[in-house]
Amino acid sequence: MTRHIDTVADATAYPEREQPYTELGLKADEYARIREILGRRPTSAELAMYSVMWSEHCSYKSSKVHLRQFGDKKPETDALLVGIGENAGVVDIGQGWAVTFKVESHNHPSYVEPYQGAATGVGGIVRDIISMGARPVAVMDPLRFGAADHPDTHRVLPGVVAGIGGYGNCLGLPNIGGEVVFDPCYQGNPLVNALCVGTLRHEDIHLASAKGVGNLVVLYGAKTGGDGIGGASILASETFDEGGPTKRPAVQVGDPFMEKLLIECTLEVLHAGLVEGIQDLGAAGISCATSELASNGEGGMHVRLDSVPLRDATLTPEEILMSESQERMAAVVTPEKIDAFLEICRKWDVTADVIGEVTDTGRLVIEWHGEVIVDVPPRTVAHDGPVYHRPYARPSWQDALQADDPGLLARPVTAAELRDTVLTLVGSPNLASKTWVTAQYDRYVQGNTVLAQPEDAGVIRVDEESGLGVAISTDCNGRFAKLDPYAGAQLALAEAYRNVAATGAAPLAVTNCLNFGSPEDPDVMWQFERAVTGLADGCLELGIPVTGGNVSFYNQTGDVAIHPTPVVGVLGVIDDVARRTPMAFRAIGDVVLVLGETREELAGSEWAHVVHGHLGGLPPKVDLAAERALGEVLVAAARGSLVTAAHDVSDGGIAQVLVEMALREGVGATVRVPAGLDPFVFLVGESTARAVVTADPARAATLEALATQHGVPVARIGVVTGPGDDLQVDLVVGDSVAWTLAELRATADATLPALFG
Amino acid sequence: MRIGVVTFPGSLDDHDAARAVRIAGGEAVALWHADADLHGVDAVVLPGGFSYGDYLRCGAIARFAPVMGTLVDAANGGLPVLGICNGFQVLCESHLLPGALVRNDSLHFVCRDQRLRIESTDTAWTSAYEIGQEIVVPLKNGEGGYVADEATLDLLEGDGRVVARYLEVNPNGSRRDIAGISNARGNVVGLMPHPEHAVEPLTGPSTDGLRFFTSILKGLVEA
Repeated sequence: MTRHIDTVADATAYPEREQPYTELGLKADEYARIREILGRRPTSAELAMYSVMWSEHCSYKSSKVHLRQFGDKKPETDALLVGIGENAGVVDIGQGWAVTFKVESHNHPSYVEPYQGAATGVGGIVRDIISMGARPVAVMDPLRFGAADHPDTHRVLPGVVAGIGGYGNCLGLPNIGGEVVFDPCYQGNPLVNALCVGTLRHEDIHLASAKGVGNLVVLYGAKTGGDGIGGASILASETFDEGGPTKRPAVQVGDPFMEKLLIECTLEVLHAGLVEGIQDLGAAGISCATSELASNGEGGMHVRLDSVPLRDATLTPEEILMSESQERMAAVVTPEKIDAFLEICRKWDVTADVIGEVTDTGRLVIEWHGEVIVDVPPRTVAHDGPVYHRPYARPSWQDALQADDPGLLARPVTAAELRDTVLTLVGSPNLASKTWVTAQYDRYVQGNTVLAQPEDAGVIRVDEESGLGVAISTDCNGRFAKLDPYAGAQLALAEAYRNVAATGAAPLAVTNCLNFGSPEDPDVMWQFERAVTGLADGCLELGIPVTGGNVSFYNQTGDVAIHPTPVVGVLGVIDDVARRTPMAFRAIGDVVLVLGETREELAGSEWAHVVHGHLGGLPPKVDLAAERALGEVLVAAARGSLVTAAHDVSDGGIAQVLVEMALREGVGATVRVPAGLDPFVFLVGESTARAVVTADPARAATLEALATQHGVPVARIGVVTGPGDDLQVDLVVGDSVAWTLAELRATADATLPALFG
Repeated sequence: MRIGVVTFPGSLDDHDAARAVRIAGGEAVALWHADADLHGVDAVVLPGGFSYGDYLRCGAIARFAPVMGTLVDAANGGLPVLGICNGFQVLCESHLLPGALVRNDSLHFVCRDQRLRIESTDTAWTSAYEIGQEIVVPLKNGEGGYVADEATLDLLEGDGRVVARYLEVNPNGSRRDIAGISNARGNVVGLMPHPEHAVEPLTGPSTDGLRFFTSILKGLVEA
């Protein structure tokens, strides 16, 4: 018996058939709007398409009204070659080179099935980059998990890390940075964000559009299977219900080998000039690719869905339209070039099939064995989805949270107590060495990795001749964002900016991955509105544009949302990677200096979190003018070879910075707390716009003059001693604390292996 | 001197191997898995990566590529061949080298700066080193544990065919800390660590790996 397919003719003939729109994630008013657009009920295939494309994940229906600020407040810049809205923004880095970079979330799939969820997160972002015509050159993964010692973290983290490594290593992409953060707020909602950066020549930029009537639509890459059906609407756009049924079938399964072939094949057809338009297949699969290509082009496309090669012959047309099978791309190719295109696909053993052509009808028409099952205006699917002005309001608890200042928390008093406090922090999961994670990622492949974790930012050489390179860092402190989402987003931006500048690269552009709870909760929506506004205002003030980004809502279990977590990625450019600044103490006798001003700022700090489990008060003061000045000093110092090392001050304060600089190459230092500062506040406070640097004694005065010229406070705090020497801090006259590098290393290295094996 | 670098579907470190050849002063020639012609090269590098996704068994599918049929004959005739990581696995699967590479004993992929001791300079690829020289090069593999039966291991040791050994840490459970071996003639070498990633001070932990490539070039010039 063959199943009856619901055709457009049926939809007209039987207008009142009951349709399962709520099961597909559509609201009643959204369903009514589809009927209004079409002037009839949708067919089941049309309903499938609208349901995935109008999902929160694909349509940004709750976030759109706020995200406009990134465009409205865009700073004056010549750097942006392609802006927001394409698969990924493209930035000019000079010498005819351009860079595209983007970060996306794969949070929900990674919780359901950690290995595949994280692996396919890498795969998806890589396809975004290649569809711009760029060669992917690096990845990094900002990760957030529940409490480090929670049993479910033990389930999720090893799988996520293995999945990222298993997929990314097999693609030959160096993993050069990222974050690993633990906080109980992420217990049921780990955040698995994936960033990819690609490079291209200006003339190689490609956009997703279906132009030229009669041009052919080619689907190439993996065959379509039953995996990931409705992933965008079901997984990414709904809150997990506690004790709900398993959603494993909605998670996609990755094949990194196929993706590697797809990268090489795609770059070869693009460089051969065989492609008019190109689009990756990610969330919403063929629904998304066909409607977006048509919508961006001349408005019409005719597709024969039965031409799609299948892994499973029993798939229905609705399932084929919704499938999120990985490693697929769609291209628009002229009839004259199709043979050459297919020949290159054959060279790479990549399956490719013509599934339709571009028309001038203004309609996306999809046939199934000769019968029309979809006939829609493509813009209504791809771009003119619903837009919500969700209600938002400052949470009733926000004032009490901000009033709960950490000023009264017990602090270490004696030198011995301070010594122990620093050791406790060094071994705490968020500050401890992440080698257990990063050793599972290949950071060397492609041979252009100049700096990688645990350095402040990853640095990749783009041009072997000139030494032109880029630096990238992602950051976010969700605790700060919880205390004040506007400031928190700016602090994330400031930290990523500072990290990039610390390597000697000039910050140039911003991407983001905005991870929040349910947009249907006015508290969460307020956090979101504040964070977006803060980020847009901050980018305007720092003079670096947002080139793209991603929103992940519904990161909550029941009524409990995650901390607002606007992960910000900053990309910088460095004219010659040979002049990059690493973070390690190295040369005996180098002067240690601190740039920036230290204030008593402990709210949301790692110390308050680890030692007291406390979160309250106001986060550190945001001073973007100071960040900009500090950045200018760090970049000028690198260009002028005035610094031998630099490390940004953030989580854990200056104590953590000194420990990391000492452990990197196993070289100690002796520093003293500047006069007038409380040693505890100096060592663990988290005031921003600060960095610790080292300089050759002969050049330290020049560096100090440079800092002063930019209005950046600078103080000599000590000297690099030698390999294997202790890290010593003189607190006041006659009173000091010291740690051997061996005990610091043992403490920092033990934590993650003890937790995760 | 022309050194061929084979690209299989899924090869990843092919460009890196070619760069190392160039930095050492040679000409790198791209060879394609489906082309049985070696194009007159003087030596061949089988690079790292995940040929054919490492599906079935690492190197098991690559071994049947058209280029390998020619290469096995040429290697048996004395053509110098260096297999790095996945290339080492391909050489074992091709029976140009004895033994096999199995999953790391840690069960994790591992990427680290690895200290090695050069144990033999009687090969085409290590002649520029000193016996006992310690070097640091990147290691990155998921299935790098070298295994062979005891008789084979004894034979390799006895004939001086252990080319390099892991120092300080055995990163993958290799028998007798073996990081690389050669065939009896010394023209075919398999190595799990990646010397091609230690040829520039800016991008590698050292430049210790360069001598694998200068060894072969020097040997070819003198031959």
